[in-house]
Amino acid sequence: MVSSIPVIRIRDTLLSAIQGDLSDRVAEAFQGDLLSRLERTGASGVLLDISALDIVDTYVARVLVETAQMARLMGAHTVLVGMRPEVAATLITMGQVLTGIDTALNVDDGLALLALPRR
Amino acid sequence: MIVLETCALPIDSEDDVVRVRTRVRDLAQRLGFDAFAVAAISTAASELTRNAWVHGHGGTATVEEVEEGGRHGVRLQFHDAGPGIADLPRVLKGGFSTRRSLGLGLSGTRRLVDDFEIESQCGVGTHIVVAKWARFGART
Ligand SMILES: Nc1ncnc2c1ncn2[C@@H]1O[C@H](COP(=O)(O)OP(=O)(O)O)[C@@H](O)[C@H]1O
Ligand SMILES: [Mg+2]
Repeated sequence: MVSSIPVIRIRDTLLSAIQGDLSDRVAEAFQGDLLSRLERTGASGVLLDISALDIVDTYVARVLVETAQMARLMGAHTVLVGMRPEVAATLITMGQVLTGIDTALNVDDGLALLALPRR
Repeated sequence: MIVLETCALPIDSEDDVVRVRTRVRDLAQRLGFDAFAVAAISTAASELTRNAWVHGHGGTATVEEVEEGGRHGVRLQFHDAGPGIADLPRVLKGGFSTRRSLGLGLSGTRRLVDDFEIESQCGVGTHIVVAKWARFGART
């Protein structure tokens, strides 16, 4: 399945703005789309902009974390950007649901983070 | 507590997760909840609808506008006739899942809402009631 969430490539980075009202099916399809784009382009960085998401529940959180882990196995560094304050607060209240993924305030900061030497 | 409005929604496909939480978000916004409270109750709706679908094999979500002592709130009821939860204390502690998943949905939801009640019986099903209240003076 194709998720219909656009993934654009800017030099070595894949950028995707995840749309609101994300269903489980679309979230999973998006993961597949992104990883195949990664394979085709050999990009070294991935920026996932979640500023359009008004909620991130434990399912979506898991898909995001797993996507970043899979991308890392394929040699790319993922940064999650644009999380809304109310989403951050909800995730903290719920517990350890979004751990082990790099985050930045916005796309600019995310790009800066990707440009840093890899750890 | 007075129930001002009630709406029963079936949970019989994965799409109902988005449908139910959108309904809940719209109601919470209409009642003047702040962005944090809207996100909290919408996320709770998402978790509980998914649980009723994935673990409880479907059921119903009832979305209600309630009032008590001059405060308005959103109350949500979830019913399913699925397998029930065998070890409820363990599930409520968090970090336990019978699927390969996070197991933080129910324990996390409990912290997101103001009222939380759960009744679950093996082989009979699960009934969960949660509520979130608007702050005083929130509604115009
Ligand atoms: N409505 C339900 N019916 C039966 N079992 C449930 C229900 N809701 C939750 N459970 C059980 O509780 C466990 C924990 O639920 P939850 O905290 O939402 O985590 P997850 O859904 O990620 O497993 C589930 O794995 C399941 O075994
Ligand atoms: Mg769950």
